[in-house]
Amino acid sequence: MLRLIPGDPAHLLLGEFASPSEVTRIREKLGLDRSYFYQYFIYIKNLMSGDMGMSIRSGVPVAEEIFVRFLATVELSIAAILISSFIGVMAGVISAVRKYSLFDYISMVMALVGISMPIFWLGLMLMYLFSVKLAILPMMGRFTMGLDYHSLTGLVLLDSLFMGDLNLFLNSLKHLILPAFTLATIPMAIIARMTRSSMLEVISKDYIRTARAKGLSQRAVVFKHALKNAFLPIVTVIGLNFGLLLGGAVLTETIFSWPGLGRYVVDSLLARDYPAVQGCLLLFAIIMVIMNLVVDMVYFYIDPRLRVDGKG
Amino acid sequence: MEKVDVIRGLKKNKTATVGLFLIVLLIVLALIGPTISPYNPLTPEPLNRLKGPSWDHLFGTDSLGRDILSRIIYGSRISIIIGLIAVSISLIPGTILGLLSGFYGKYIDEPVMRFMDIMLAFPAILLAIFITAILGPSLLNTMIAVGIVYIPHYARVVRSSVLSLKEQLFVEAVKSIGGGNLRIIALHIFPNTIPPIIVYATLGMGTAVLQAAALGFLGLGAQPPTPEWGAMLSEGRQYIQNAPHVAAFPGLAIFTLVLGFNLFGDGLRDILDPSLR
Repeated sequence: MLRLIPGDPAHLLLGEFASPSEVTRIREKLGLDRSYFYQYFIYIKNLMSGDMGMSIRSGVPVAEEIFVRFLATVELSIAAILISSFIGVMAGVISAVRKYSLFDYISMVMALVGISMPIFWLGLMLMYLFSVKLAILPMMGRFTMGLDYHSLTGLVLLDSLFMGDLNLFLNSLKHLILPAFTLATIPMAIIARMTRSSMLEVISKDYIRTARAKGLSQRAVVFKHALKNAFLPIVTVIGLNFGLLLGGAVLTETIFSWPGLGRYVVDSLLARDYPAVQGCLLLFAIIMVIMNLVVDMVYFYIDPRLRVDGKG
Repeated sequence: MEKVDVIRGLKKNKTATVGLFLIVLLIVLALIGPTISPYNPLTPEPLNRLKGPSWDHLFGTDSLGRDILSRIIYGSRISIIIGLIAVSISLIPGTILGLLSGFYGKYIDEPVMRFMDIMLAFPAILLAIFITAILGPSLLNTMIAVGIVYIPHYARVVRSSVLSLKEQLFVEAVKSIGGGNLRIIALHIFPNTIPPIIVYATLGMGTAVLQAAALGFLGLGAQPPTPEWGAMLSEGRQYIQNAPHVAAFPGLAIFTLVLGFNLFGDGLRDILDPSLR
């Protein structure tokens, strides 16, 4: 499928003025002169041993390049998931409990606004406000260039904690805030809406009335009884949003020059760097499968009834 | 569903009214654009580069001195057309696939729906980027890419309503008087799937406009000097430090149009198909 893309990597690599003999030489070197079936066979054979091939652009093994960028995206996505889930669930719960209140009204309008927001615009505006006008947050990158950083886990925040480097930790945290918040906007809005409707459904049930009748505090009723039962659809939405997040990462990473996978796959695609694109697509597919599995496992954890039935 | 009911419902529903207002506003703008737009959207004025909003140029000028308000007015045509064409591209095949796989089940359903699942496994924007990379960056290819990406969504919506419709008594009745399968699908099942399709297509317009703008922003959509909102925003990104208005206004325009479709779609859903809520 990928090879349908017009354009020859050898041409792109050598530029406009390359001589035909040079192009042929490069094509032979990269194996592009062989049949597609042969190329595919070799690719699968190498993949089995963890070799994703060499990037056509940089000549570095794809697996290596992808891994570093993947971790940058993971850091960003986890931050965004945490922000969106926390704020989204809280806003949804409060809206449901105080249905038709001013808070409910405002937060649901905000949620609609959030869904309609072009995040690449939001990112730019946040950047202008916080980085240019107020100058309190950095504009781009994962941390200030020139800071001493040795990768342990690849997640700068964690690494700086391990190393006890408070300066680096705060620096990278500051760099993370704007991109993470930008990326979190749409999932946050979706989660808030889902939480509200799911909570509303549960709150009208008899066992909530029983819990209130027992004289439990509002907090216990809402968080222990209602939220626990409303959680299943919410978790599904959070899980499904992971795909949205990966897509959003492409835009967010472009705006904030975040050295992650999203931007890398677009650049690779434009440069016709087949092995790199294939590697990324494979990784995306694996992530989606794992996320679905995790969501299923969380179901079992949240809802004991599913465990007894043995059905998801 | 009675026509009057829908209109009455729309009048009562505040979100739908606001949404409809925004959509109509932008459509009118797109239609009468050339007569009201103060400047030519493509003519550069080198002496007026990156000027902030003023009485002469309400939304300021861009890096070539072109009037941003005029470019946004012309851009509204492009965005609305992108939305309409992209939605049609996903709607028509999506509906047909959904009808067939829902009605015939098994041998059509399995392969079609598994293929749709594969498409859904990738984030929409990535799939769209991938398709534009195959087709080459242009405005037309943006519409095709965004359209193809959302086919599975329509197929799913239609299929699920067909599944419940085909068990109903009126389908049984047509069958018993000897109505053929195609006749049942076209005349009896399809009309009943229209309300959810309308709701989904309205919401889908918003999504399509947003995705097309995202592709434009990444440089994969309309090419310069076309006044496409996403591409304008992408240009504004370079000047965010000293001329934020270049990015601010096109983004606001995208946001307004998408919000309009989302509000209207949400309202329509409440009226036409409460079960979807």
